Amino acid sequence: MSVPGDWYLVLAAVLFGIGAAGLVVRRNILVMYMCIELMLNAVNLTFVTFSRMLDDLGGQDAVFFVLVVAAAEVVVGLGIIVAIYRRRAGATADDVNSLKG
Amino acid sequence: MSLFAATGLAVASAWAVYAVGTALILAGALAVVLLRNPVHCALGLVTTIFGIALMFIDQGAYFLAAVQVIVYAGAIVILFLFVIMLLGVDKKEPRAPANVRSLGPVAAGLGVVAVVELLVLARVHYWADGAKSTTAALSGPGADVQKLGQSIFTSYLLPFEMTSALLVIAVVAAVALVRRRGSSPPQPPAKKVGALRPSLPGQAATAPSAPPAHQTAAAASRGPAAASSPSERRAIG
Repeated sequence: MSVPGDWYLVLAAVLFGIGAAGLVVRRNILVMYMCIELMLNAVNLTFVTFSRMLDDLGGQDAVFFVLVVAAAEVVVGLGIIVAIYRRRAGATADDVNSLKG
Repeated sequence: MSLFAATGLAVASAWAVYAVGTALILAGALAVVLLRNPVHCALGLVTTIFGIALMFIDQGAYFLAAVQVIVYAGAIVILFLFVIMLLGVDKKEPRAPANVRSLGPVAAGLGVVAVVELLVLARVHYWADGAKSTTAALSGPGADVQKLGQSIFTSYLLPFEMTSALLVIAVVAAVALVRRRGSSPPQPPAKKVGALRPSLPGQAATAPSAPPAHQTAAAASRGPAAASSPSERRAIG
């Protein structure tokens, strides 16, 4: 017996909203990445909740692949961040505007 | 009567687990967004990840809960902390400008309205009204990890193989991104040979097995550091 799935979906939506707001508000690139991780976790929670509500294994498979892609994404993203900080120490997201038209 | 009491206890404990998980998740997420020291943000992310793992266990996804803790808390957050320590960016972020900060109450109010709307929708509408068990049934005999493994190694074998390619590409990309251009390993010995070369220019010029003219021109245009091809070194020696 556990709580109805709607409550998990609401919680996931709130978590996604907090992550998206943090991505917009924060300027430290590392913290922006952490906010992306929050959003990924919210989507994972949604997948697992729908998997339970529909009695379907597909949601858990999707979470498995999301985890792999998130790990690869973090590796590449942190590589980019290290490259940015090496070029210009203490940079925020506002300073990386070389491609701005 | 005792059955009713047991059911009531089960319901209450389920809600208690949900409340604890929600508190962990929301406290961690707000810490990530609101705290200004990146190390504290990473610790908030760990808290959120443990809350999500608790929710996974609560819904029967035991394997994914374990993977969540191992991969996210054990690898990804450690990687974040590693980069924070490596780059020395663990100082506080400057506050946002005043015109952005003045929008904070408006944004918080809109967020509260959106959450209330979501809660109302959750009460009046059933969100999962699709066909049940279209890929494979989750309930039934067998452990969670067994069904997940069978599904991944049969129905999703091609995506699973593609994730291995993705991981290799990610490793290569990380190395290519972070490698310093100026001090890559093969360069110092080449520079040493180039520095030795000016002491014997005549020998190289009059050697019988000198490279053809276009190769020499190309080598000259590449500069003295790059001009030491193997045939030339043989001619010098």
